[in-house]
Amino acid sequence: MDVELLEIRQHMGRFPPFETLSDALLDEVVDRVEVAYFKAGEEILALDQELHELCYIRSGAVEVFRRGGELHNRLGEGDIFGQLSLLRHHRTRYPARAMEDTLLYFIPEEVFQRLCEADDEFADFVELQRPRLESAVEQQKKNNDMIITRVRKLLTRYPVMVEASTTVQEAARQIGDFQASAVLVLDEPGDNPRYTFRDSEDRAWQVRGILTDSDFRTRVVAEGRPPDTPVGDVVVNKMIAVQSDESVHEAMLCMLRNNIHHLPVMHRRRPVGIVHLSDIIRYETQSSLYLVSNIFHQPNMEGLARLAPDVSGAFVRMVEEGADSRMVGSALSTIGRSFTRRLLELAEETLGPPPVPYCFMALGSMARNEQSIVTDQDNALVLSDDFDPEQHDDYFREMARIVSDGLDACGYPYCKGDIMATNGQWRQPLATWKRYFSEWIEDPNPERLLHSSIFFDLDSVHGENVMVEQLQDLVAEKAAQSPLFLAAMARNALNRTPPLGFFRTFVMEKDGKHNNSINLKRRGTAPLVDLIRIHALACGSRSQNSFERLDDIDRTALLAPGVSDRLRYSLELMSMSRIRHQVIDLEHEQPPDNNIEPENVSSQERHNLKEAFQALSHAQKFLKFRYPMPSSRSR
Amino acid sequence: MTMLVPRRPQVPDWPAYLARHAERARDPRLARFFAAGTPAPDTPISETPMVALDMETTGLDARHHAIVSIGVVPFTLGRIALSERRYWIVRPQRTLHAESVTFHHITHTDIERAPEFGDILDDLLETLAGRLVVVHYRHIERLFLDDSVKARLGEGLMFPVIDTMAVEARFHRQSWLARFKRWVGRPPASIRLYDSRVRYGLPLYQGHHALTDALATAELLQAQIANHYQPEMPIGQLWT
Repeated sequence: MDVELLEIRQHMGRFPPFETLSDALLDEVVDRVEVAYFKAGEEILALDQELHELCYIRSGAVEVFRRGGELHNRLGEGDIFGQLSLLRHHRTRYPARAMEDTLLYFIPEEVFQRLCEADDEFADFVELQRPRLESAVEQQKKNNDMIITRVRKLLTRYPVMVEASTTVQEAARQIGDFQASAVLVLDEPGDNPRYTFRDSEDRAWQVRGILTDSDFRTRVVAEGRPPDTPVGDVVVNKMIAVQSDESVHEAMLCMLRNNIHHLPVMHRRRPVGIVHLSDIIRYETQSSLYLVSNIFHQPNMEGLARLAPDVSGAFVRMVEEGADSRMVGSALSTIGRSFTRRLLELAEETLGPPPVPYCFMALGSMARNEQSIVTDQDNALVLSDDFDPEQHDDYFREMARIVSDGLDACGYPYCKGDIMATNGQWRQPLATWKRYFSEWIEDPNPERLLHSSIFFDLDSVHGENVMVEQLQDLVAEKAAQSPLFLAAMARNALNRTPPLGFFRTFVMEKDGKHNNSINLKRRGTAPLVDLIRIHALACGSRSQNSFERLDDIDRTALLAPGVSDRLRYSLELMSMSRIRHQVIDLEHEQPPDNNIEPENVSSQERHNLKEAFQALSHAQKFLKFRYPMPSSRSR
Repeated sequence: MTMLVPRRPQVPDWPAYLARHAERARDPRLARFFAAGTPAPDTPISETPMVALDMETTGLDARHHAIVSIGVVPFTLGRIALSERRYWIVRPQRTLHAESVTFHHITHTDIERAPEFGDILDDLLETLAGRLVVVHYRHIERLFLDDSVKARLGEGLMFPVIDTMAVEARFHRQSWLARFKRWVGRPPASIRLYDSRVRYGLPLYQGHHALTDALATAELLQAQIANHYQPEMPIGQLWT
């Protein structure tokens, strides 16, 4: 590429779908770009205007409208528009206007077509019809198929590097400044092309070797060298390194073979980090399996509480290994259930055997196997019908207290809505539960609907499972027969709606307002889970997990073909997005939450999320029509 | 459309000037260039084929300094076509000063391998012919070209240009508001290429590359016309 168009190339290369193009294809695009300026308020594309170019926003902002004139989207730097018209009839479907003074790059149709043919990712990105959601989820799956973890997953930052002429004193200071424990020593290119790379200023360097903390002790201080000794005199000209795509296991073997504790990691010939033996050890001990067996070995509540930090460790690791949301959700639910079960065992040890059979039941996300790292406890006790409050309730009240306090100590705070077995209302014999559920379904009111949305995700954790299964059956049979209940639930599920999408670093609401962050649970996953629950109840599904519910829905003709897939992908994307942001929070030692700030979202992720929001929005609209309020006569 | 009555310098009758020189020029290349002429002064700017021109030089004085690189980008008011861009590094006959070399991001090796100005003149003239040249600060580009051509061919090269700096000055230096601000002691607005661009929301480019600057100039003119004039503005009122 001619250096002179670097300006344009660098800009486009930072934004999807151009960021993933090969250098050669990107050069072709940049070579053919046409530029035009639009003043704020000026029309860029008129409805039905013929269009033979893809539009790319270099600077400024653009508003895109629907046919009827309502705002469809607001786009900023690096966004594209016009692709739909290009793919279809070459007539502008969505007119566009400059919101601010705007500089646009136009990419001619033939270049656009060529990109679609030559690059699948580009084609996926621009073709809405072949759902991008789907391909995004596929992409996540691909990472997940790696049986072995690559060593690059352990890297947290770039290595500290110094020139060979740097003094040992300065090198030691840099190690201190960056809180590192080793530096790489760079020199003019020489004998070893394997470790020769070019820096961002196109200067060639060869990595000569590594200097670690202990080298400073043994080879500098112990030998009495002066502080102004160049590191080049001290470093051993021998590089032992691994490639970033080697497995963690391979990296560990390499360290053991060579008896070293620091291992430089290379991407081709460029150093990208240094792995320390302790990184590997820490990595090995944070598996969720190990954690679960550890939970069952704890002799008391204090021991359990000490394991709380390991939960987030296991969570972060799972995500980094490329687990999908179902794996994460089910692992966290398993861990949560294990804590609960162990606490119940400890309660029984303290209180003696239960006077009547019971079943401890999980509600909400734990019952659905969709627990996240940010969660509170939702639980209840189902007691045998032999239960006599006078005689037995002291025992179960105390049991509920032990479990609830214990869960709180282990990082599962008390439920703000008091949906816990400590609440007498939710510590009842089976017959009472059946009455509750029947009443809720037959005669819904706002409070009962709220309860239904929590209690109708239910599963047993410990005890007589049969009792909870009976309740699951009751819900599945009754709800499907109650149009009024389904209609009321449907109406309730529309209280929380997704936003329109993103605009720059803001969340854009449907009325054009901007927010700094979005609660992805409240505005995304939760309304979608609500919606799936209603369809699942309507088709008599006994599944609790949202994905399994969608499988059940698929066996009926409740949804048009393809719709459940879109919901599945949307749920996966929104869940993973939320999970990834929680990992980012944890890595920054912040308490994780359900909020995401658009500025931390890659533009690819924004596009995916936007489509997930749209899928949810469409599905919500359908819900209203599918479950209408029955007229009073048919009741 | 504008309320301003800019005081304009004496502008030659460019079509006549070019026609005269087409007959007079001894060098066939220059004769061809002059013969291609220029659009009539009453042509609307929106219908005028233009070409943005920028060059980097070893200094500011055409008599002592030399051209190092030239970038041109043909465009219209509606579109800037990058595929038609041209860029040349030329070997100056005068020596290159170390400080200006770093200034231009062009290395000595680039220069040593480069053709001389005379070798690219053909291509350059062909790209400019028939189009209205747009520059930011005409006193560099036009004078250096004139001088370099004179030095080789013994006859000069003059043509009409739209100077985006002069356009900017009309609104930020010569307007009544600008004069009033100066009178009350406010510093005058900068009309340098990159400062001017900021006023129209145009992106920041790394300066001092002849092609990037030519592109930047073309974009600036589009922005100036969109903000201050109508597309029907006759070019005779803009060129100098």
